[in-house]
Amino acid sequence: RNYKSVIFFLWLVTNCFIFLGQYMAMEITQVLLNAQSVDGHVRKHAEESLKQFQEQNLPGFLLSLSGELASEEKPVDSRKLAGLILKNALDAKEQHRKFELVQRWLSLDSNVKNQIKTCLLQTLSSPVPDAHSTASQVIAKVAGIELPQKQWPELIGSLLSNIHQVPAHVKQATLETLGYMCEEVSPDVVDQDQVNKILTAVVQGMNASEANNDVRLAATRALYNALGFAQANFTNDMERDYIMRVVCEATLSPEVKIRQAAFECLVSISSTYYEKLAPYIQDIFNITAKAVKEDEEPVALQAIEFWSSICDEEIDILEEYGGDFTGDSDIPCFYFIRQALPALVSMLLETLLKQEEDQDQDEGAWNIAMAGGTCLGLIARTVGDDIVPLVMPFIEENITKPDWRQREAATYAFGSILEGPSPDKLTPTVNVALNFMLSALTKDPNNHVKDTTAWTLGRIFEFLHGSTVETPIITHTNCQQIITVLLQSMKDVPNVAEKACGALYFLAQGYEDVGSSSPLTPFFQEIVQSLLTVTHRDDAGESRLRTAAYETLNEVVRCSTDETASMVLQLVPVIMMELHQTLEAQKLSSDEREKQNELQGLLCGCLQVIIQKLGSSEPTKYVFMQYADQIMSLFLRVFACRSATVHEEAMLAIGALAYATGPDFAKYMQEFYKYLEMGLQNFEEYQVCAVTVGVVGDICRALEDKILPYCDGIMTQLLKDLSSYQLHRSVKPPIFSCFGDISLAIGENFEKYLMYAMPMLQSAAELSAHTSGADDEMTEYTNLLRNGILEAYSGIFQGFKNSPKTQLLMPYASHILQFLDSIYMEKDMDDVVMKTAIGVLGDLADTLGSNASSLIQQSLSSKDFLNECLSSDDHLIKESAEWAKLAISRAISV
Amino acid sequence: MAPHDLRRPFKRPAISDQQRRRELTLLRQNQSRCDAQNHARFLASSVLALHSQSQSPEPIFESPIVEHELETEVDSEPETVQHRELDVRQASKLGGSGARKWFAKQLMLPEWMIDVPDRFIHDWYVFARPAGKRCFVVSSNGTTVSRLRNGSILHHFPSALPNGARTKDNSGSAQSYSILDCIFHESDQTYYVIDMVCWQGYSLYDCTAEFRFFWLNSKLAETRACDPPSHYHKYKFSSVPVYNCDETGLLSVHRGATPYVKDGLLFYNKHAHYQTGNTPLTLVWKDENCSQYVIDTDSKGQIPSQQQVVLELQDDGKLITSDDLPVVFGCLDADFIVKSGLHSGNLLRFAVSDGGLSFADGKLEQADIQYLGKSNRARAFADSFSKVIFQYMVRHSPLRFDDLLAAVSSSTAKANGPSDVEMSG
Repeated sequence: RNYKSVIFFLWLVTNCFIFLGQYMAMEITQVLLNAQSVDGHVRKHAEESLKQFQEQNLPGFLLSLSGELASEEKPVDSRKLAGLILKNALDAKEQHRKFELVQRWLSLDSNVKNQIKTCLLQTLSSPVPDAHSTASQVIAKVAGIELPQKQWPELIGSLLSNIHQVPAHVKQATLETLGYMCEEVSPDVVDQDQVNKILTAVVQGMNASEANNDVRLAATRALYNALGFAQANFTNDMERDYIMRVVCEATLSPEVKIRQAAFECLVSISSTYYEKLAPYIQDIFNITAKAVKEDEEPVALQAIEFWSSICDEEIDILEEYGGDFTGDSDIPCFYFIRQALPALVSMLLETLLKQEEDQDQDEGAWNIAMAGGTCLGLIARTVGDDIVPLVMPFIEENITKPDWRQREAATYAFGSILEGPSPDKLTPTVNVALNFMLSALTKDPNNHVKDTTAWTLGRIFEFLHGSTVETPIITHTNCQQIITVLLQSMKDVPNVAEKACGALYFLAQGYEDVGSSSPLTPFFQEIVQSLLTVTHRDDAGESRLRTAAYETLNEVVRCSTDETASMVLQLVPVIMMELHQTLEAQKLSSDEREKQNELQGLLCGCLQVIIQKLGSSEPTKYVFMQYADQIMSLFLRVFACRSATVHEEAMLAIGALAYATGPDFAKYMQEFYKYLEMGLQNFEEYQVCAVTVGVVGDICRALEDKILPYCDGIMTQLLKDLSSYQLHRSVKPPIFSCFGDISLAIGENFEKYLMYAMPMLQSAAELSAHTSGADDEMTEYTNLLRNGILEAYSGIFQGFKNSPKTQLLMPYASHILQFLDSIYMEKDMDDVVMKTAIGVLGDLADTLGSNASSLIQQSLSSKDFLNECLSSDDHLIKESAEWAKLAISRAISV
Repeated sequence: MAPHDLRRPFKRPAISDQQRRRELTLLRQNQSRCDAQNHARFLASSVLALHSQSQSPEPIFESPIVEHELETEVDSEPETVQHRELDVRQASKLGGSGARKWFAKQLMLPEWMIDVPDRFIHDWYVFARPAGKRCFVVSSNGTTVSRLRNGSILHHFPSALPNGARTKDNSGSAQSYSILDCIFHESDQTYYVIDMVCWQGYSLYDCTAEFRFFWLNSKLAETRACDPPSHYHKYKFSSVPVYNCDETGLLSVHRGATPYVKDGLLFYNKHAHYQTGNTPLTLVWKDENCSQYVIDTDSKGQIPSQQQVVLELQDDGKLITSDDLPVVFGCLDADFIVKSGLHSGNLLRFAVSDGGLSFADGKLEQADIQYLGKSNRARAFADSFSKVIFQYMVRHSPLRFDDLLAAVSSSTAKANGPSDVEMSG
């Protein structure tokens, strides 16, 4: 009996499971469909169920999703959503979330993972496009996690075996998967042998002999992502020739999407393999010229982009080597642009006539005329003077034509070539053109022409006006006329007015270091008044006109001289009143609230500029201070408007105010502190956090030891920030620097934070000591980090100087010296780090004195590094080094 | 695969004004941080000791002192004092006599060279001392003050030294100060800088002479202090060429032309710190070739027939030199002291009589001196032992320039040894 009951029990259990499994499978399909229902209530309920399922049983949830995706019996909509949810369970935009998901996947039971992967690979053979296409994306995500861990070694092999299957859709899905995979994983985790096989499969799929367009398109798109894997193959002439031939042939495919994808490959090749292009450039020119002339716009745009990208490369090379190529240069300049110059220019000038009506009102517009003019501008920067004679005939021929397209194209061509050629080459033409432009800006009947004309005037002022230009374009005689025209034009339609503001911005900027007397002084009042009027226009929200007006006002204030200081002072209550008004508005809709936020940002930005300006000289600072209390209370109200996040602009402005106010800023601290803390907690908007960290530094220097009561809170928050992997890494170096600011302000009171700050500095120092194998971006970041760490050490040493507690720093001295030695040995620090590092050596010697003398004498830094810095050409490095030498000399000789 | 957006910025400046505001803010913050660090580095590290006397102050000297007598005396006031530490900025704020007393203590004073030191060629520098008034030049808070050895102000003027004038472009923190050890040379109205004590607030007291001279030369060159006088720079400064104590060096300073009138040679030990008061690690030596004032003159500028010395009278009637460890030259009778109305601490003038000075084991054994009277009111200090001896030797068996040269060449020969013959043919 016992035996029988056990059997029965097992039967029962098994059936229950089967039943449950079936129930769940049916259930998930319905839930997935419901989650896409038009009925919001149904949708919400379904989303809830999915969430619950995921939380209660993650492996089961993922398994049933992969089963759903793989099952040919299920509706396409539920399969597709199952795949998307699966994909989102593997990856996220935010760095910290992504990290969590990766860890979660890796810790799943391997049987579960294998089952899911099997389902995914199986789905690739599905005839349903949505199913196999979703599966290929999910496979790539899994590959992105597992390949770097040396897991799923059989993936690439099994994908490649699919390639030879007959059904075209399997081949297509497999090529797509390979493409997505190359996008997800970095080339160094795939063996060259496998890379070769992938590339062979992809390039074969692209070949003209491939009859199926879907396969050929998938292959071409896959190549785009696989190009980064082809470093070795591009150094092999035969393989490179083959790849290039196939890509070029694909640009001639009858299918527009394939042509577009093939040109995308060419654009990518132009930047990745610039130095390999010489044998193909003539053919590519012919192909692109034909596409620009005849092909459909998406293809023509890519063809133009190819040349823009070549310009980017050559501009970079020429900037880096200054045109002086020796055997040492990494990449030589092949002067592709110069060689093709006349043909390229005439090809691009043709495109300028293909404008769209009203393209200036459309923020997202991008068409062949815009791309052509942009490329022309890049060419001017690449070749300089040589472009001028090639463009001038086009301008002269078209600028007075009755057809607005010709006038606009001529003006746009002129504006485009103003950056690059020498002022000597341009000035004579600009002198003639200036009057014509001023007159066109007032009289031309076409808004498009006026928009481009105002923009061109701005470019003239940006590149040909300023203290570095020898022959001034703007003289005593035409200054008044220029300003009159620009102020007049600021009353035009928003897009034209916005460009006029932009021109005025650069006009003011040109007088930045004009000395004590500015030619703008007589017009200052009128300019400011006109800009304020623009900000009040009903249509100032269009074409970012209001923003442009405030930005121009900021620049006019920044570049103003003592002569107009009283007028800048008068501006303070005006802007304060504007800010006050934004705070009075009640019961705003979310749309209105957003506008209010934006306006408050602009006004706080403007106040920040004014505070910085007036605070920079003693007499104006003194008068300005009468407004300090009111301004501060406005800023606090701006903060109070926003519940969770702190207004970045208000924070920047408060930093400027603290700098100007000095020790008196202490009276605002009690009220301000909570917003300061809030800013430091803002991980999501890391710019806000970064700005707040900077403001902590401002306040430290303003208050000095009066900041002490707030330091516990600030330090706690900063330490939290440092240990968070949610926070954008760019904020971490300034946080270290901020430790230094705090220590310098509170001196030996920093004692209680040493036990927290020092180990963090120490481990960050160890991480940043070596950069071997890092790319440029990583090296740059490492140097920022080093600089932050070193500034912290400097501040801490100087803070403790002459205090009875300097001994507390002794235990850290040897590590810090080792850190200096190791970054010296690494030979990849930049000048800023060098200056800070040698300063730290001095600070250490200065504060620890004879106690550290033997440590110092043993260190490499006190010899080779110091000597190298002493003979540096960089004045700042030399100065720091001399100081360090002095401090060491004292420490050793005492 | 995501669509590749190929739009480029169109009719837009490369950076937004907001980005510009951020960048300008970062620039300002970085600059402020550098300023704060520099301020910390160069401040408060040079606290000089002010010994404020509990005893009644010395008489304040109104008339300038005969300049060649200024050189080598030191205040022998015992340090029975309450110590107060002041830095030079605080000291500058002291009232007249306080400041004078404080500054009077701050100069390093050479002993007279009575024999050639060991390792002369290796450890010593030499330069020709400009004739003129030895003084401290302090620049801070937009002004420059020079003070003579007795603390009285020589000039109050704007200079191109750091913070030495109220000009806009003065670099460094406004409170930072610099102290130079100078000799004011009357005929070309130039301050010759012979040592640097403090630069932009950073003290060099604890640095070796080698380092101080390096620092002096490189830092002075960075300012415009050596430029000809102008509105914000009333007097020219100049450094003095310093040589190693080898044959070339000695010949250069002794025979070579200088833009200034020479008054002897100064020798600095390379490893010595700046030590206030008398020190055997700086030495002065003179002969007729390089000084007008080899033998002391009286107040009328005449060389007395007998050597005169100034000694300080002690409570017990002993007559002592101004050295830290005073040397006793003799003793006055209590009767004589009372009869002549003398008091302890008086500086008394004596003539060295025919009996002269006699020595045993390098120490003074006997001195035949004769009382002449109280010394000039301008005298602040008794003579130092080395000065008395040097003056005595000048009159009897001087240490000649050739002796210096010989010391140098013998040490060269010794250093080279037999295996390393220098070809000089």
